[in-house]
Amino acid sequence: MATGVVLTGVLAVIALAVLWTIFIYNRLVVLRNRIDNAWSQIDVQLRRRYDLIPNLVETVKGYATHEKEVFEKVTQARAAMTAATTVAAQGEAQNQITQALKSLFAVAEAYPELKANENFMMLQEELSGTESKIAYARQFYNDTVMSYNTTIQSFPANTIAGAFGFKEREYFTMEESAREPIKVKF
Amino acid sequence: MYNAISSNIWKSFALVAFFVALITGIGYVFAHALESPAILPIAVVVAVISSVGSYYYSDRMVLAVSHAHPATREEHAHLINSVEGLALAAGLPAPSIYVIDDPSPNAFATGRDPKHAVICVTTGLMEKLNRIELEGVIGHEMSHIKDYDIRLMALVAVLAGTVVLMSDWMIRSFWFRGRRDNRNGNAIFVLLALVLALLSPLAATVIQLAVSRNREYLADAEGAMLTRYPEGLASALEKIDQAPEPLKEASKATAHLFIANPLKKTDGFLSSLFSTHPPIEERIRRLRTM
Repeated sequence: MATGVVLTGVLAVIALAVLWTIFIYNRLVVLRNRIDNAWSQIDVQLRRRYDLIPNLVETVKGYATHEKEVFEKVTQARAAMTAATTVAAQGEAQNQITQALKSLFAVAEAYPELKANENFMMLQEELSGTESKIAYARQFYNDTVMSYNTTIQSFPANTIAGAFGFKEREYFTMEESAREPIKVKF
Repeated sequence: MYNAISSNIWKSFALVAFFVALITGIGYVFAHALESPAILPIAVVVAVISSVGSYYYSDRMVLAVSHAHPATREEHAHLINSVEGLALAAGLPAPSIYVIDDPSPNAFATGRDPKHAVICVTTGLMEKLNRIELEGVIGHEMSHIKDYDIRLMALVAVLAGTVVLMSDWMIRSFWFRGRRDNRNGNAIFVLLALVLALLSPLAATVIQLAVSRNREYLADAEGAMLTRYPEGLASALEKIDQAPEPLKEASKATAHLFIANPLKKTDGFLSSLFSTHPPIEERIRRLRTM
């Protein structure tokens, strides 16, 4: 009789442990997939910026025909992005694009007719909005990584994480070169 | 910021739990006084039915009442980009964006869940605030959506409605029953029930407003978290507070949705107890000490 009670108790504990494991495992899967989704959101915004550039270059060329150096920088930066294969190279290419765009807008400051052009103003707003979105998307990516890493590191979920091979993920950071102030030459 | 967020979330839980406990207590007393155990479930069902419509169509109703029109990329590119950016930061789908033509600066968010969400701003808001302040306000509204605040306030409204219905029923039955069932033990319950029936609607309203104020603080804290810049929202609230004109299209029914109380202000302890929004000075102070 007593063994019956003990047996039921043990089975209940095992059942609860299994349920809890399933719960934690699924939670980790959800958090990990959020990270991947957040990363692809960054890519969507980077792609949008990439697509806006040709229109911008054409608009500026219409007014600032002699600024060859700046146009070449932008074109090169864009080409670097399509050529990049590794994650590091892609990050490098993105930084190049950011710097090239900043130079382009700085140059445009000298042409008041260009600044008043409606298409240019629209592109300026769109690119500035896209830069903000890239920043917000990176921020959200880091938030999801923090959430995931915290769950993996905390007890008792770290036992499940270790058992099923959930590894910590890296935060998005700026490389050192991107932290330096942008040099603009006229 | 993290502390402000977690403490506000705990307060919400505490308030709602207290409310539910209160309702259960009142329901128990009323059921004994009337010797009818059905009063609580019936009141809940009626309250739910009367709230369901307004909850489900909250977005369309409020927009129609406020005469809002959708924002267009040609006219409001910056607004649309800001909202889409903050939606990315919050990990939400971008809500629909509407504009009200009114010089009074204000904004609201509505919709039963993030997939059916709406953010609406006035033209006055876009004119008076700079970009950083505008993003602070939009961050606040986005946080309301992320926290399912519309759903929570609908739930709290159902709770308050339940209390009012039960109290109403209690008073009516006492009126019509007279003194027919006059057992001693029952008399105490009847007396207690009457007192509760008179006071509890007031208590329910106070709790409902306390929850509303608590969620406003939470949206402030989470909005600051989204932009990582509490000063933006603080500065925006200052400007909104200083604007002289009340919002034309706001009424008592929609006032609780806006970021700042759109109706004329009154000072004093009682008015702050019965206000849907916390006092702006306190909101700004909390933001600036994050």
